[in-house]
Amino acid sequence: MSNGRNGNGLLLEGTRRMGAVFLFLFKILAQCVPALGRPGLIIAQIYNAGARSLIIIMLSGLFVGMVLGLQGFELLQRFGSEEALGTAAALGLLKELGPVVTALLFAGRAGTALTSEIGLMRATDQLTAMEIMAVDPLRYVAAPRFLGGLLAMPLLAATFSLIGLFGAQLIGVQLMGVDKGAFWSQMQGSVGMSDITEGIVKSVVFGATCSLIAVHEGYNAEPTAAGVGLATTRTVVASSVLTLLLDYVLTAIFL
Amino acid sequence: MTKPDSLQSASPARADDVVVDVRDVHYAVNGRAIFSNLDIKVRRGRITAVMGPSGTGKTTLLRLITGQIVADKGQVVVLGSDIEQAKTSEIYALRKRMGMLFQNGALLTDISVFENVAFPVREHTDLPEPLIRRLVLTKLQAVGLRGAAQLMPTELSGGMARRVALARAIVMDPEILIYDEPFVGLDPISLGVIQRLIKQMNEALGITSVVVSHDVQELAAIADDSYLLSGGRVVASGTPSELAKSDSEVVRQFMTGAADGPVAFHYPAPDLAQQLLTDDEP
Repeated sequence: MSNGRNGNGLLLEGTRRMGAVFLFLFKILAQCVPALGRPGLIIAQIYNAGARSLIIIMLSGLFVGMVLGLQGFELLQRFGSEEALGTAAALGLLKELGPVVTALLFAGRAGTALTSEIGLMRATDQLTAMEIMAVDPLRYVAAPRFLGGLLAMPLLAATFSLIGLFGAQLIGVQLMGVDKGAFWSQMQGSVGMSDITEGIVKSVVFGATCSLIAVHEGYNAEPTAAGVGLATTRTVVASSVLTLLLDYVLTAIFL
Repeated sequence: MTKPDSLQSASPARADDVVVDVRDVHYAVNGRAIFSNLDIKVRRGRITAVMGPSGTGKTTLLRLITGQIVADKGQVVVLGSDIEQAKTSEIYALRKRMGMLFQNGALLTDISVFENVAFPVREHTDLPEPLIRRLVLTKLQAVGLRGAAQLMPTELSGGMARRVALARAIVMDPEILIYDEPFVGLDPISLGVIQRLIKQMNEALGITSVVVSHDVQELAAIADDSYLLSGGRVVASGTPSELAKSDSEVVRQFMTGAADGPVAFHYPAPDLAQQLLTDDEP
């Protein structure tokens, strides 16, 4: 009985929270057009969310690609088709690993930074001060950060995939001896525009999701140290789970 | 209900003289009444002090005046506009005519002192850069911090941050300037500086000032009118010297800082002996 009540409460809270996030999305979207009139603010946020995440994305991409090269080579060797390593690595990186791992890293690096920054602005009355100065914080703070994250994610995912391919090639071709020509030509022959589109769509959707959650949690964080900490945790958890859930949905749609 | 101590001896305010009119306001949060029958009038060109013990809703009053929240009942009229009836765009237009000094300064931490002061000007005007520079430096000069223009807010002391925030609050030449606990946590020198600045802003620029604070002595030196809030309503009003001479127990307790009185020292609790003898938590 009480479990039923708890279940209902959780469902209700989940629905309420989702509704709040969507309402927030509409408010931000309404402010995105005026925010576009201040490109400097958006560029600064692309730098913050994107450029500052480059090192972690490139390092992770390299190692993921190297692991992919090792595992792929080991698996394909069993069937005598090591030359397909290039195709396997490219499809895996472009369609799945690139967008998904980048989104997870983005949530952990840029998402948490966004949430805690906006949360602290709330806690230290900076957002209220803007309202009192007749400056809408949704336009000045939230919309540029949302747009910055949205634009940075596909660029980061592309970087991740490129570096990942380099890593896979490094292990497969340089270390394991897969034929270089076969590696690249098979990849070129098998990877189509639709595969690249799938990766781009996924990274845009994940970018929008992770940025929206990060900005929403920060903007609505309780203005205390514990409140900002909780909001930051929620950003990582919600962004990660939603990324994986949306990845399944999008993969099913593209298949 | 007891009637507030009407100590006001000054001439009655003319309607066009009142720039902030809080009329019979009721406001509750989660069923707990913060204000009931609150009446406050702020007159043009004067410094009005709103005093009261912590937790009496002084900051809530400022949120009502600036249109961040709306009263459950009653009217808040600021510069002739009814806050409840005003649209968001009208509230924003009204706020351009007000300035507010926050307790912690609330400076934007990712931009310099200069940019903080320039922020409202850049957002609301298309003034050329040389003019913005002159304007900002003039305001920083007024608060004595022209030399700190290129510092970041994190490099400032509490008193300096509040002075920069004051420069930012006056940069658009507001008609009303609202101070939220301007004296809290300041050393005596910074406190004296802020106190003098509030008076100077009022006298030199003719800005109507609303100062919310519980620092009685500091307020007494600069305020023209004062209101004492307790239990969600005005318990006394008048000039600071009139309040000091009041017979009211609440006023006397507040002015002398007595620990116990009409404002109880103890938060409501069960009998001590009974509580100590029971094993129940806590």
